[in-house]
Amino acid sequence: MEGLLEKVLSLSVLLGMLTSGIRLATPYLYAAIGETFGQRSGVLNLGVEGQMLMGAFAAFYVTWRTGNLLLGLLAAVVVGALMGLAMAVVTVNLHAEQGISGIGFYLFGLGMSDLLFQKLLGTVRTVEPFPDLPIPLLSDIPLLGPVFFRHNVLVYAAYLLVPLAWFVLNKTTLGLNIRSVGENPEAADSLGISVARVRYFTIILGGVLSGIAGAALSVGLLGVFQQNMTSGLGFIAVALVYFGAWRPLGVLAGALIFSLVNAMQLWVQVLGVPIPSELAVMMPYILTIVVLVLTVSRARPPSALTKPFEREA
Amino acid sequence: MNSVPSAPLATASTRPRIQHVEMRGIVKRFPGVLANDHVDFDVQAGEIHALLGENGAGKTTLMKILYGMYQPDEGEIRINGRPVRIASPRDAIALGIGMVHQHFMLVETLTVAENVALGLPSSRGLLTDLDVVARRLRELGERYGLVVDPHAYIWQLSVGQQQRVEILKALYRGADVLILDEPTAVLTPQEVEELFAVMRQMAREGHGLVFISHKLHEVLAISDRITVLRDGRKIGTRPARETTKEELARWMVGREVRFHLEKEPARPGPVLLELEDVHAESDRGTPALQGVSLQVRAGEILGLAGVSGNGQRELAQVVAGLRPVTRGRVRLLDQDVTEASPAARMDLGLAYIPEERMKDGLIQEFTVAENLILRDHHKPPFSRKGFLHWPTVYAHSRRLIQAFRIKTPSVKTPARYLSGGNLQKIVLARELAREPKVILAAQPTRGLDIGATEYVRERLLEQRTRGAAVLLISEDLDEILVLSDRIAVIYEGRIMAVMPREEATVERLGLLMAGVEEKEKG
Ligand SMILES: Nc1ncnc2c1ncn2[C@@H]1O[C@H](COP(=O)(O)OP(=O)(O)O)[C@@H](O)[C@H]1O
Ligand SMILES: [Mg+2]
Repeated sequence: MEGLLEKVLSLSVLLGMLTSGIRLATPYLYAAIGETFGQRSGVLNLGVEGQMLMGAFAAFYVTWRTGNLLLGLLAAVVVGALMGLAMAVVTVNLHAEQGISGIGFYLFGLGMSDLLFQKLLGTVRTVEPFPDLPIPLLSDIPLLGPVFFRHNVLVYAAYLLVPLAWFVLNKTTLGLNIRSVGENPEAADSLGISVARVRYFTIILGGVLSGIAGAALSVGLLGVFQQNMTSGLGFIAVALVYFGAWRPLGVLAGALIFSLVNAMQLWVQVLGVPIPSELAVMMPYILTIVVLVLTVSRARPPSALTKPFEREA
Repeated sequence: MNSVPSAPLATASTRPRIQHVEMRGIVKRFPGVLANDHVDFDVQAGEIHALLGENGAGKTTLMKILYGMYQPDEGEIRINGRPVRIASPRDAIALGIGMVHQHFMLVETLTVAENVALGLPSSRGLLTDLDVVARRLRELGERYGLVVDPHAYIWQLSVGQQQRVEILKALYRGADVLILDEPTAVLTPQEVEELFAVMRQMAREGHGLVFISHKLHEVLAISDRITVLRDGRKIGTRPARETTKEELARWMVGREVRFHLEKEPARPGPVLLELEDVHAESDRGTPALQGVSLQVRAGEILGLAGVSGNGQRELAQVVAGLRPVTRGRVRLLDQDVTEASPAARMDLGLAYIPEERMKDGLIQEFTVAENLILRDHHKPPFSRKGFLHWPTVYAHSRRLIQAFRIKTPSVKTPARYLSGGNLQKIVLARELAREPKVILAAQPTRGLDIGATEYVRERLLEQRTRGAAVLLISEDLDEILVLSDRIAVIYEGRIMAVMPREEATVERLGLLMAGVEEKEKG
C-alpha cells in the first residue's frame, strides 16, 4: 500500500498527469470558448455535444479516407459550421426555445454520427493522429519542457485561442457588439447593430469550434472514432462557461482543473490504485457539480441569455 | 496606433444641418387602435417643441415613426423641404435625428464610452477606440453641461446620469434634432431643472428639440411651441406664450378640467393618527426620521411637503407598519400600534396607497379582480371555508371597475396590461372600498395623466369629507396646496413647521423645504 502511494506521488507520475491534463483540456477549450461567444451574444447552445460528435466523425472519416489530417480538420470545420447555421436558423429566425433546440441538435449529432459510423466505417478503425511538434529549445527545458512544449498543433492552438478570444471580446468593435447583443439587444438594435447577424456569427463560430473540439478528440488525441465517444464532454464544456463566468480566462481555469482531475483519475486507474473504477470516472463530474454549485452565484449571466429577439411592430 | 486623429462626429460633416423637419398627415394603425390619425407636426432648428397629451394619445408612436422604429401607414416626412424615407433608426441617425427613449436603451454592463461607441465605426478599424470616444465625450459634456465619467459603468449611474448618457449618445452621433420621450418622468425636481438647462443650451446651439410630456407646468416652462395630441389626433399647436394651462388641459382631456377643486371647509374631528417623537433608520442604517410628531384628525387632509429623500418614504413605511421605529410611538384611533403588524393596522381601518404601486400595491401577474380583493381575499364574502367564491369576487370587481372608471378589457385581465393611471385606480378602489378611517396616500398621482390625477384627487377629498383622516405625502407642491387643510414640511427627517393651508405660500414652503428655519413670530 505504501509503495503504491509513493508510486502515485512520484515526480514522473505527477509530470505525466500534468502533461495529460494539458492535452485533455483541448477539446473543452475549443468547445467552451465557442460556447462563450454564443452565450455572450445571448444564445445558449446545448447542442455542443452533437456538434462535437459530428466534427469528430467528419475529421476522422476524411482523414481515414484521404490520409490527410488537415483535410480531416477542414471537414470538421465545415460540418460544425453547417450545424451552427442550422441552429442559427432555428433559434434566431424561428425563435425556437434555445434549450430545447440545443438538445434536439445533440440528439441529431449523436444519432447521425452513429449511423454514419456504422454505414461508412463499420468497425473501429485507427488513423495516425496529429503528431507532436516539440517547440525547439523550449521543449528541452528540463522537466517542464516536455510538459508544456511537446504537444500537437491542435493543443497549442487551443491555448492560443484563449487570449485571442479575450482580445476579440474586450478590445474589438465586434466584441463590443457581441456583448451588447447579449445584454440588451433592444439597445443594440436601436443603434443600428443587427442582432440577427451578430448571433448568426457567434452561433456559427461556436459550431466551428465545437467541430474542431471533436476533431481534437478523434484525430488530435486518439486517432480513433467510436460511437458517442464524447460521452458528455460537450455538456461539461457548457458547464465550464458558467464556471468561467463567461470569461475566456475563467473558462481556461475551469478546463484545466477539470482535465487535471480527469488525468489524475486515469493515472490512478493505470497504476492500479484499488478504488472502484466507476468511482474514479465519476470524480471529475462530481467535481463539476460541486464547483458549479459553489460558484454559480458569483457571476451574472448575460441578461438576454436564452431570450429570442424580435423588433416590435 | 499612437497618433490617432480625433474622431469626427459620426455624420455631421457630410450633410447639411437640419433646419426643419416636417411630418405631414401621418397615420399609424395598430391592431384595434388608430394610434396616429392624420397628424401634422414640425420642428425647427433652435426651438423646443413640446408634444403634449395623455397616456395613450399617440405621442411615442408619432416620434418612433420619425425615428424609423415604426413605418407610417400614410403620410410623409420632409427634412429641409425634401421628402425622406426613414426605414430604421440607422436611417434616422444618418439624417441627424436622435431619440432618447422613455425606457433607456443602455447596456448596463458596459461603460459610458462603450455605450456611446456601440454601432459606430471605430477610428481604429476592427479595434475599439474608447479613449478617443472618451475624449470626445468630455468635450461634448463641457459644451452642453452634460458631465459624466466616460469610464463609469451604466449600472453605477443614477437615473439622471443615465439620461445624460442617452443624450450624449445622440449628440455624439451628430443629432441635429433630438426627441426626448417623457424625460422628466424619472427625474427629481432638481434633475428636471438641470435637464432643462441642458435643453436650453442645445436649442441655443441650433438643435431642434421635441419634448414629450403630459405635465402642463413643465411644458409651459420650457417650450417655444406646444402641440397637443388626443386619441391619436392633433388638436392644435400654439406658441407657449399664447396659451394657458386651462386651454392646454381642455385640449388634452377634451373637457373642462377643474384645477381648483370644489372644497367644502374642513370639519376636523378627533385625532385618528398620531406620531409622537418617531425615530427610524433608512435602508442603509442612517437616521431617516429624527423625532417626527404629527397629528391627523378625522375629516382633514394633512399634506406633508418636502423634497424627495427627506424621510417621506420611511415615514410612510413607519405608519404602514413596514419599517420599525427606533424610538417614539405611533397611535391609530387611540390605540398604540407602534409594534403592530401591517395587517393589524389595516384591520383597525388604515388604508395605504403606496408610492411604488407597481411593486408594493399590486401583483402584476394577478388579474384585475384578484388585485381588487388582495386585502380581503381570505375573508367572507370572498372566501368561504378557505375556498374563493369567484362569482362574488367578480361581481364585487365589476362594481368597483364601474365606480372608479377603471379601463380594462375584463376583470380577468392581468394587471400588467393596464396603464399607470388605471393601476393606481385599482389600488385606490381596493383601499377606499373598505371605507377606511385613516388614509395614508404616498405620491398618489405621481406618473398619472391629468384625467386620472383629477379623479384620484376628487376621491381623496370625498373621503376626507366623509370623515376619514388623510395623510397626504407628496413632492408635488401644487398637489399639497390644492388638497391640504393643513400642511407640514419635512426636512432631513424633521418636521420644520405645521401650518393651516391659508397661511401657506409657495415661497414659505419652498424655504422650509430647503431647510431654512423660521424665526418664532412675536
Ligand atoms: N407596438 C404597439 N402595438 C400595439 N399597440 C400599440 C403599440 N404601441 C402603441 N400602441 C397603442 O397605440 C396608442 C398610442 O400609444 P403611444 O404612442 O405609446 O401613446 P403615448 O406615448 O402618447 O402615451 C395606445 O393605445 C397604445 O396602446
Ligand atoms: Mg409614450
